[in-house]
Amino acid sequence: MAEALKDRSMVMQKEMIANHFERLAQAPATGEPVVYTFVPGNLTELIRSFGALPVLPEINALQSGMRKLSGDYIAEAERAGHSEDVCTYVKCDIGMMRQGNIGPSGTKLPKPDLLLLSYTGCYTFMKWFELLREEYDCPTVMFHVPYQGDGKLEPEHREYMLRQLRDTVIPALEKATGRKYDEEKLRHHLTLSAMAEDDLVAVLQSGKLRPSPIDGYFGTVYYVGPIFSAFRGTQEGVDYYRALREEVEERALLGLGPITPEGSLVGEKYRLVVEGPPNWTHFRDFWKMFADEKAVVVASTYTKVGGTYDFGFRHDPSDPLGTLADYCSGCYTNLNLPARVDMIVNYIREYQADGFLINSVKSCNSFSAGQLMILREVEKRTGIPGAFIESDLVDPRYFSAANIKNRLESYFQMIDARRASRPT
Amino acid sequence: MTRGEVVEWARDIYDDLDFTVVRRWLDEHPNGKAGGYLPVYAPREVLHATGFLPVGIHGAGDRLEIIRGDAFYQSYICHLPRSVIELAQSGRLDMLSAVLFPSTCDVIRNLSGMWKLLYPDVYVRYIDVPQIPDPVAASVFWTGEVQRLLDDLGEVSGHRPTDGELRHSIVLYNETRSMIRALYVLRRERPWDVPTEELYLLLRAAESIPPEEFLVRARQYLAAVEADPKRPRDNSRVVIVGAFCEQPPLGLIKSIERAGCYIVDDDFLLGNRFLTHDVPSDGDPVRALAGAFITNDMASSVLYEINPLGKRNLMKNRVAAAGADGIIFATPSFCDPALLDQPMLRAGAETAGIPCIAFKYAENTGQFQQFREQAGTFADSIKLWGAA
Repeated sequence: MAEALKDRSMVMQKEMIANHFERLAQAPATGEPVVYTFVPGNLTELIRSFGALPVLPEINALQSGMRKLSGDYIAEAERAGHSEDVCTYVKCDIGMMRQGNIGPSGTKLPKPDLLLLSYTGCYTFMKWFELLREEYDCPTVMFHVPYQGDGKLEPEHREYMLRQLRDTVIPALEKATGRKYDEEKLRHHLTLSAMAEDDLVAVLQSGKLRPSPIDGYFGTVYYVGPIFSAFRGTQEGVDYYRALREEVEERALLGLGPITPEGSLVGEKYRLVVEGPPNWTHFRDFWKMFADEKAVVVASTYTKVGGTYDFGFRHDPSDPLGTLADYCSGCYTNLNLPARVDMIVNYIREYQADGFLINSVKSCNSFSAGQLMILREVEKRTGIPGAFIESDLVDPRYFSAANIKNRLESYFQMIDARRASRPT
Repeated sequence: MTRGEVVEWARDIYDDLDFTVVRRWLDEHPNGKAGGYLPVYAPREVLHATGFLPVGIHGAGDRLEIIRGDAFYQSYICHLPRSVIELAQSGRLDMLSAVLFPSTCDVIRNLSGMWKLLYPDVYVRYIDVPQIPDPVAASVFWTGEVQRLLDDLGEVSGHRPTDGELRHSIVLYNETRSMIRALYVLRRERPWDVPTEELYLLLRAAESIPPEEFLVRARQYLAAVEADPKRPRDNSRVVIVGAFCEQPPLGLIKSIERAGCYIVDDDFLLGNRFLTHDVPSDGDPVRALAGAFITNDMASSVLYEINPLGKRNLMKNRVAAAGADGIIFATPSFCDPALLDQPMLRAGAETAGIPCIAFKYAENTGQFQQFREQAGTFADSIKLWGAA
C-alpha cells in the first residue's frame, strides 16, 4: 500500500498532537493537571485557563480504531461484562485503560484529576464517565447542557448553564487544579479561539467552490482535529488554522481538488454531503472508495459535532461564560432532528451537491436514531435521492467493505442516470 | 369484583392497541384531550391538570406486526420506537393532541424530533430533567420547565388550570403512587398472593385510564386478593433490573414466575412511581412538583448518579429492601441506559455476594423457553447453594 500523501498542515498537526501527548505523559512528573472531557461541548478554553491539559476519550478511541487496536480493546471490555450492543468508543476506551492506558502516540495517558462530564448531545457520555469514575476513583463534575428540543437555545436554558459554570464547574476546576479562576485568561483563550474559527470556516466553506479544494468529510476530520480537541484557544491552534487556510486557498487558486490518500483528486465527478461519523477502523479504505469514483464530499455534519461555526457562531471573549454556554448548546448532536434536516438541506443547496449519503454507525444512537427519517425528509425537500450505508465507529466487525463499495457504486450509477435523464 | 374480573378487565386494556378506553374517555369528555408520554418520567400531574388524559405509550409488545416501523429504524436500534411508530403510522395514536418525550436516552430524544416532522399538528415536548447535584440550579431550571409545560399544555387544551386544580392533580397522583407502593409492599411480603403478571397488568391498564379509576380498580384488586389468598410456594425471590423502558412481553414475566421465581421488586413501568415521596399539596404547586423531583431519592439509569459509590451499592440496597435472594438483569436489546449501567450494577451485586443472571429480550420476543430454563436453573441454584 502506498504511503498516504500528507498536506503540510497534516504534518504540522501531527507534531502538535505528538507534543500534546508527550506533555500528557509527563504530566505526573511536571504536575500539570489533567482534565478528561468530551468533544461535543468541550470547555477547552476554560480548562486551559486553569493551566490544565484536556484529554478527549473519543479522540483516543478513534485513534485506536485507525491504528487497528480497537478490536482488541473492545474484546477486553466485552470480556469484562460490557454489552456487545453499546457504544464501541466506550468499550474501546475501557479496554485501552485496562491494557495499560497507552495513548495514540504510544505513551501512557495520565489519570484524570477531574472528569468534566459535559453532557452535551449524547446520553452515553453520562454513563461513560460514571464508568470511568469507577475505574479512576477521581472527582467528577456534571455540566448539563439542555437539548435543543424545540430547535433553539431557550434563554432559561442558557441561564441554567451559566449558573452551573459559575457555581459548580469553575469551583470543581479550582479544586482539581489548585488555581483560581482567572477571567482574563479565559478571555485570552476565547480570543484565540475566534481567530482559529474564522480560518476554519473559510476552509469549510471552500467546499462551495468547483472543484472543491477540500474533502469536507474525510479530509476535514483531520482539519477539525485540533479545534475539536486540545488546541482550541491556543496559539498553536491559531497558527495551524492560518496555515491550513493559506494552503487551501492556494489549492483553490490553482483549481486543485482535495488531497486524498493517494494524491490530489483530479476531475471531481460527484459532489456529496455526508451525515454521520466515519468508520475509523478502515478509514483509508473507506475514503478511497469515494476518491476512486472521483466523489468529493463538499460538506458533512460529523465535522460539526464539536461546534457549528459555519452557521455564524464564534467564541466571544466579551461574554466568556455565556459564549461557552452558546457553544455547547449549538453542537450538532445537541440539535433536534428538524434542525439537522435543515442543516443538510442547506448544505446540499449551498454547496451544490448532487447527492447525499448517510453513514449510519451502530454505536451511536445520538446520530443514528432517526437517520432514516432524515433521509426521507431530505429527499422530499431537495428532490435528491440519498444513499444509506452502515458501519461502526471503531468495531472492525461491523465494516463490510464489499457491501459498502457495492452500495456506493450503485449510488454513483444512479446519479449518472439522473444526470443523463435531465433535459439539456 | 373478583380477582379474575379485575385482571381480565386490565388484560383487555393491555391487549387493546386501539386504545378504546382512551377514545371512550374522549367521547365522554368533549372538552378533554389525550396526552401521551413515553418512558420513563414525565410529570403526569401537569397533563391531568390541564385537562388531558395522560396516556402511557409503551409500544405494542408482541401484539403487532411491525411493517412501517422497521422502515424508520436500523436493525441495531431497540424495538420500542419502531412499534411506537407503527402504532402512530397506523392511526392508533391519532387521538393524542400532545406527546411528551422524556430524557431517557438518545433514541427517545430523537423520536421527539421525528414526531415533530411526522405530526406537525401535535404538541411535542422533550422533557429534559435536571441532571446536576446543585439543588438550587436544578430547582430553578426544572421549575421553569414544569411551568413551561403547564403553559403550553394549557394552551393546547384551552384549559389553564388554577393553582387549586394543579394541587388537586398532585393529590390524586400522590394517592396513585401511594397505592402503587402499597401494591409493591404487598407483593414483596406475599408474592404468592400478588403474582407479578397480575400486578403488571393492573399497572399497565393504569397507563390508559384516569387516575381516579385506577384507584377504584386497585382497591377492588386488593379486596379481591384478601378474599382469595393463595398458598406460598418454595420459590426463590428475585429482583428484576433493566426493564424500565421497553417493556418485557407478558410471556416473559409469566415464564420467570413459572420457573420458580417470585418477583419481589422490579423496574417495570418505573415512571408511575418515579417520585418516591408525596409532592407537597400546599404552597406553589409548580414549585412543589419541581421540588419533589429535585429532592427525590429515586436511583435510575436515566439519571446521573452523583454518589460515586451509588451504582455499586444500589443492588445491595434494593435486594436487602426486597428481601430478595438474587437479581435477574432482564434488559431490552440495544438499551443504552440499562446495558451501560449493567457492569457497574452487577459488579456491586457480585461484590456483595448476590447471585445474578442476565439476559436480553425485545418487547416482541415470542419464545420463552430459554428464559424459563435460565430462570429455573437460577432459582434452583439459589435454593441449592444460596445458604451455603
